Amino acid sequence: MSAISIHDDHHHDHPTGIKRWLSTTNHKDLGTLYMSAALIFFFVGGAMALTFRAELFQPGLQFLNPALFNQLVTVHALVMVFAAAMPVATGFNNYLIPLMIGAPDMALPRVNNWGFWILPLSAVLLVSGFILTLFGIGDGAPGGGWTNHNISLSMQGGIGTDMLIVVVHLLGISSVTGAINVIVTVLNMRAPGMTLMKMPLFVWSWLVTSVLVIIVMPVFSAAVTMLLTDRHFGTNFFNAAGGGDPVLWQHVFWFFGHPEVYIVLLPAWGIIPNILATFTNKPVYGYKMQVFGFWGIGILGHIVWAHHMLTSGMPLEAELYFMYATMSISIPTGVLAFCWVGQVWKGAMTFETPMLFALAFVFQFGWGGVTGLIMPDIAVNAQYHNTYVVVPHFHYTFLGGAIFAFMAAGYYYLPKFTGHMYDEKLSKVHFWLSAIGFNMTFIPQFFLGFAGMPRHYADYPLQFADFNMLSSTFAYVYGLSQLIFAYIVIKCVREGRKVSDKVWDDHNPEGLEWTLPSPPPYHTFDHPPVIK
Amino acid sequence: MRDKFKQLLKTLRGGLALLAMLPLLAHAAGEAKYDFPTPATALAEQTLHLHHEVMYVVLFMFISTSLVVIYSILNHRKSKGAVPITNDGPRTRSQIVWASVPFVILFLLDYVVIGIPAYSAAKEMEDTRTDVDMVIKVIGTQWRWQYEYPDEGISFVSSMATPWEQVSNEQPKGEHYLAEVDNPLVLPVGKKVRILTTATDVIHAWWVPEFAVKRDSIPGFLHETWVKIDRPGTYRGRCAQLCGKGHSFMPIVVEAVSEEKYKEWVAAQKAKMAPVAPAAAAPAAM
Repeated sequence: MSAISIHDDHHHDHPTGIKRWLSTTNHKDLGTLYMSAALIFFFVGGAMALTFRAELFQPGLQFLNPALFNQLVTVHALVMVFAAAMPVATGFNNYLIPLMIGAPDMALPRVNNWGFWILPLSAVLLVSGFILTLFGIGDGAPGGGWTNHNISLSMQGGIGTDMLIVVVHLLGISSVTGAINVIVTVLNMRAPGMTLMKMPLFVWSWLVTSVLVIIVMPVFSAAVTMLLTDRHFGTNFFNAAGGGDPVLWQHVFWFFGHPEVYIVLLPAWGIIPNILATFTNKPVYGYKMQVFGFWGIGILGHIVWAHHMLTSGMPLEAELYFMYATMSISIPTGVLAFCWVGQVWKGAMTFETPMLFALAFVFQFGWGGVTGLIMPDIAVNAQYHNTYVVVPHFHYTFLGGAIFAFMAAGYYYLPKFTGHMYDEKLSKVHFWLSAIGFNMTFIPQFFLGFAGMPRHYADYPLQFADFNMLSSTFAYVYGLSQLIFAYIVIKCVREGRKVSDKVWDDHNPEGLEWTLPSPPPYHTFDHPPVIK
Repeated sequence: MRDKFKQLLKTLRGGLALLAMLPLLAHAAGEAKYDFPTPATALAEQTLHLHHEVMYVVLFMFISTSLVVIYSILNHRKSKGAVPITNDGPRTRSQIVWASVPFVILFLLDYVVIGIPAYSAAKEMEDTRTDVDMVIKVIGTQWRWQYEYPDEGISFVSSMATPWEQVSNEQPKGEHYLAEVDNPLVLPVGKKVRILTTATDVIHAWWVPEFAVKRDSIPGFLHETWVKIDRPGTYRGRCAQLCGKGHSFMPIVVEAVSEEKYKEWVAAQKAKMAPVAPAAAAPAAM
């Protein structure tokens, strides 16, 4: 094959077995670890969701007490955001960025190893509250919602809340070092000729994501430190009884929390255009516009945070500012959406599984996006805020958007990573069950919200019974069908039709990663390629 | 030309069928219980109107964009022998003009179609101080509501009346399961009531969907909102801010009555509290 694999043969040997994975500084190993961990936590978080959806299947309390219900909702969100959605994006960036820009590895490989191994540790700490109660210690995991929006409630929380504070610090270290690593790599290690405006959109999206992480993650760490000192050292930042301000937490948290939405979504927006381009057999549409769109959203994302707290009694002037500022995000988001539409227009589409997930992403993220446009409308927000209207809205962006995008990316790159084609028939079954399960879970929830069902309810009045039952049923369809995905991945790693370097032989996938063998050798681009 | 039009119609048939179903679905949802509850105040009427307006706007945006993608999916496929264009962005002047049309529409929808009515509605919603007829105070407590009528000297606690046996499935659930209280809040119709909210422990949110009013009650703060109920009736709301394990068990019930009945109720409450007051005051005087 190529000179690269021959070169690899006389490279220094590396440890095997568990030691290889513990000590590895190789970007492909770490990418694999991140993605595998994300998949495991996706099932952990999903199991929690299915547990509380089972409770919500009928009115009345059947399996859970309300305190445990709140804890499951809280930890479900924390696990999904911090241990599934963010790590899967980080896994793809670790594996792909060096391949996409023609670099031998990430710039800071040891930091990279650290960044990963903090993750399982923090995830264990996060769920430790559940485990400790089994031994009669403490009162379970944190139960104040993942945002701790009601900070006075988190002040009442037990050991789980303290664990949450530690976990946020650990994950902060993990993600900030990871972000620094991406920025350093992208700015310093591009192959000759790979100018910034030639970088794949995925690399651009991660550059913007990294800047956001560095700006907002320390703010979150500072906020939980204030919570820590309030809880244990007698300060009164948020404690109303001591002259503190519970709304201050909401401002500080959402200054982190809203950009966090884009931290999860930007990598998905970055990876979708290339998948669409490959399977429409067209070049990426509107490359420059999308790059500016990423930056536009990244910048605007920092100045709209208080649309999450429009019922908290802010002055009318502040509410109006946050309403109009939030609406302005629809312009750069619209740029991205119209580029996806431009991408599929007059192509020659084929419908491999990555394309199916990518198209579902376009519709589902689109619906999540437009429902986001109506939320900041102050008067209507008074009705929507903290109801089931909000729940499907952000699941359409996070699950139907980001996770569907990474499923698309997973199927797109699995053959590249493993050298085998995945089970195509089974993957289509996975897609259709996912798409139907997802939409039928969350569409009824919009109607529950319109009718007046608040979020975080362990039990509900009888008028909401039938749509909750519908939603719970299809939640199981969605959740269980993800087991098919796990099976497909394992099967694909072990066996399958051998694929070529290009993988998608009938198409012309863009990017340096497709010039390498499948699977790529342990070390790649020891000698940087030259890009014309 | 005509053939082309026929072909277009044929292709869009699926999409059109879907479009035709949407009003039906919306109608079904509207007729049934899965739309906003029937408004009981002018403000809620306006909110419902705005809700419909923004939903039509976003449905228009979503469906029109989706139709383009669906059209592409149906026609621009390799299996139909489609030849891809090599265009990677708007280049010619006419392409740039066409590409900017959606943004002009988006801008107008954002700041004119949604933005202007949203401004006046928000202004009205926050107008808590003009023409106020009476003031009440709503205090959130884990996990019940406390109501005070400062002008009348009435105050009482309102707790969920649903027995716990119904929650734990030992008894059949009643009609107003989790939506009934022992002491409802009684308000006169046709009077602008200024509502002050606060809390004693954690943040709660006082919400009655029929009034389209939701305001966080936050410890250490006194926030305000208002209602002016148009017609008598019983309105059921609930707490809308996660406030611990009793979050789903602190319903709100508002009895809206005519002014005469309200006066009778006030008198009765005062009478009920009167004999208690001196006895309670006595130890304090000692």
